[in-house]
Amino acid sequence: MSEHARPKATDDSETETSETDTETEAEATDAEPVSTGAQSAIAALEQAGAETLFGVQGGAIMPIYDALYDSELTHVTMAHEQGAAHAADAYGVVRGDPGVCLATSGPGATNLVTGIADANMDSDAMLALTGQVPTEFVGSDAFQETDTTGVTAPITKHNYFAGDADTVGDTVGEAFALAGAGRPGPTLVDLPKDVTLDDTDTQPGPAETPSTYSFREEADEEEVADAARAIERAEKPLLLFGGGVVKAEATEEARRFATEFGIPVATTMPAIGTMPEDHDLCLSWAGMHGTGYANMAITHTDCLVAVGTRFDDRLTGGVDTFAPEAEVVHVDIDPAEISKNVHADYPVVGDAASALEQLEAEMDAAPDAREWREQCRTWKEEYPLAYVTPDDEPLKPQFVVEAFDEATDDDTIVTTGVGQHQMWAAQFWTYTNPRTWVSSHGLGTMGYGLPAAIGARLAAEDDQQVVCFDGDGSLLMTMQELSVAVRENLDITVAVLNNKYIGMVRQWQDAFFEGRQMAADYGWCPEFDKLAEAFGAKGLRVDDYDEVADAIDEALGYDGPAVIDFHVDPAENVYPMVPSGGANGKFALTEDQL
Amino acid sequence: MSGNDAEQTDDSASESSVEIPAAGMPGPEPDERPHPEGRRNSQGIRIDPEAEAEPRYRTAVVSALVEHEPGVLSRVSGLFSRRQFNIESLTVGPTTVEGHARITLVVEETDPGIDQVKKQLAKLKPVIQVGELDDDAVQAELVVLKVRGDEPDKVHAITQMYEGQTLDAGPRTITVQITGDQGKIDDAVDAFRQFGIIEIARTGQTALARGDTPTTPGEEPGYAESNDD
Ligand SMILES: Cc1ncc(C[n+]2csc(CCOP(=O)(O)OP(=O)(O)O)c2C)c(N)n1
Repeated sequence: MSEHARPKATDDSETETSETDTETEAEATDAEPVSTGAQSAIAALEQAGAETLFGVQGGAIMPIYDALYDSELTHVTMAHEQGAAHAADAYGVVRGDPGVCLATSGPGATNLVTGIADANMDSDAMLALTGQVPTEFVGSDAFQETDTTGVTAPITKHNYFAGDADTVGDTVGEAFALAGAGRPGPTLVDLPKDVTLDDTDTQPGPAETPSTYSFREEADEEEVADAARAIERAEKPLLLFGGGVVKAEATEEARRFATEFGIPVATTMPAIGTMPEDHDLCLSWAGMHGTGYANMAITHTDCLVAVGTRFDDRLTGGVDTFAPEAEVVHVDIDPAEISKNVHADYPVVGDAASALEQLEAEMDAAPDAREWREQCRTWKEEYPLAYVTPDDEPLKPQFVVEAFDEATDDDTIVTTGVGQHQMWAAQFWTYTNPRTWVSSHGLGTMGYGLPAAIGARLAAEDDQQVVCFDGDGSLLMTMQELSVAVRENLDITVAVLNNKYIGMVRQWQDAFFEGRQMAADYGWCPEFDKLAEAFGAKGLRVDDYDEVADAIDEALGYDGPAVIDFHVDPAENVYPMVPSGGANGKFALTEDQL
Repeated sequence: MSGNDAEQTDDSASESSVEIPAAGMPGPEPDERPHPEGRRNSQGIRIDPEAEAEPRYRTAVVSALVEHEPGVLSRVSGLFSRRQFNIESLTVGPTTVEGHARITLVVEETDPGIDQVKKQLAKLKPVIQVGELDDDAVQAELVVLKVRGDEPDKVHAITQMYEGQTLDAGPRTITVQITGDQGKIDDAVDAFRQFGIIEIARTGQTALARGDTPTTPGEEPGYAESNDD
């Protein structure tokens, strides 16, 4: 039996920011003159800089697909619209500009709903285009009619019902621009078939955000000054980077702020990779299954500088015990997030990159935090992420994650489903770059991993590898997308951490329902390696430690989609754990501590 | 024990779950760890634990200038229901600017709640501006009341008292309208109860800021262009 305990590997040399270049030049091409609403919509996408679309055909969206026939845009036909939405979402996360998905009316549109809701919860820029029955049939319960704007209003940043062929191009352009502007989010344009079929010679103008939409780029100087004073006088300052740091391309500014002033950093899950996890100042991610040391730091900090986070309950636990000693500086581009869940003593409304630069310039001195940094280091030693590998127990999933991390480069992109495997993938891989961790956080959508890997693959650089950690349950929800990966020959590796359980539920039943395991035990799972082969992908199976490295090498080396079915210990649990609504400082390391 | 064969019975799995934690890295018991007591209230505000303040609700009148486009009302009402904002009334109508409408909302919330109402409203794309009205704002509501027609003289007298109008008088029912601020309407409704109110319809409050203060920030005061022609 051996022990595997460590803070995420510490590298004292400061890791340089590696910036993913995500600028898209919307080159002003001499566009072909449009003649229909559909062509105008597609011209708007081209002008806005979209390159790859994910979707599924169908009656009401056919005019749009017909216009795509003549377009330079790449379209990837997905197996299910949910897959199209997740792929577009992940594509956007990796690229930094909105992903686009397409679906027909009715069931096509409703199949998108989970993916749109997912993007909404994670503030991911995404544009969904849905077909709709012709305008004159709207409201008549026509074939495949669904009130798509009604259904998606609560889960989009905004949605549009395209009114006529002359304006549809501008509407699509506006929706694309709005998705990526300010605090990003999903937008949707519902496209009645008559509108896309109708004649128009109106060329769409440049994609612009609506006139009623505004946000603050630069923060107010007084707010910045007040925040800087609070940080300077802190003795136990802690930076908390949220997903907003990724969205604002503020990684460089954020890292510089931390290192220049010697302030330890915890991240939220969506911000994994904004601070290199092997950096001395980095405490990795905080929250329910976050590191003990990040949660300890949150519990003891006297000044929490939160940047681009909405203080989700999986992060805070009970707000009454969240950062109880801290004055809170909250930098966010969305004023509605200020004091929504946790009161901000020092609100700073603005774009994360601008605000951090302003703060840096405003700081007169670094806080005197030597002792605090030492304390944080001690916590790293005291509460390492840990697991054991007893000889008489099956393969541990954490080992698989570590082995993959070792076998791949730092810029490798990880996608996940939702459950225990997601947590292990977040805990036991050392992330050093933003946009390399692609997961479903706010909505917690099982099935996200595989379609997200497809989207990520198409957005990534050719030499970047894409690894999807999936649960057996999560994979069963979107497995059909493997057909797309095979058809398009996408080089992705799916690592199934197969415990024959919907494991996270089993863990909760054991901890909170006296082990009454209801509907959590599959007892039987398909053989994922054989299933992969049936799809035309490479399929491998691993049961033992000594097979892990070779299987990983073989899968990574395979040019195309490969699936490794790792039969891991079904009884393994995710720790540390802060129970729902609990105090971050009271994380449990074993079940009996819960 | 081996837990790798889930085809065995449920028992094996639950047994193993008892054993596994023991195999994890031992950590300090929860009560051995530093665990400062809760120091924020349910709104995430740091509080003096000795003097925990209960959140206090108040009534606020919020005015939103919006683009008058299809669905704007459902977006606003959807926002209120999905965020559990307590709303007492909502009125909507056109303004002097073509394509604009004003929505007046009466909400009952805590201060942070009212702040959220305003910020979340402002985030809706068709919303142009949001403002909260001062206590001295001009407020008005209209009520239409149908009462039994047994005592027409008395009904008439009370209608006069509240500067109302009789809209319909028949052998069995009389229908009147009263306008005024909420207090006056409440009083009037009380006064008519003696006749037996058969039906009632209230518009909900609508309001403008007093004097030349704009009702929503930045709104052109008073003399916005007329679009009659
Ligand atoms: C679409 C969806 N349905 C249900 C859930 C609830 N849920 C959360 S984790 C989980 C178990 C996931 O099982 P699996 O994918 O096998 O991953 P494991 O936890 O075993 O690693 C379930 C059912 C969810 N998050 N998403």
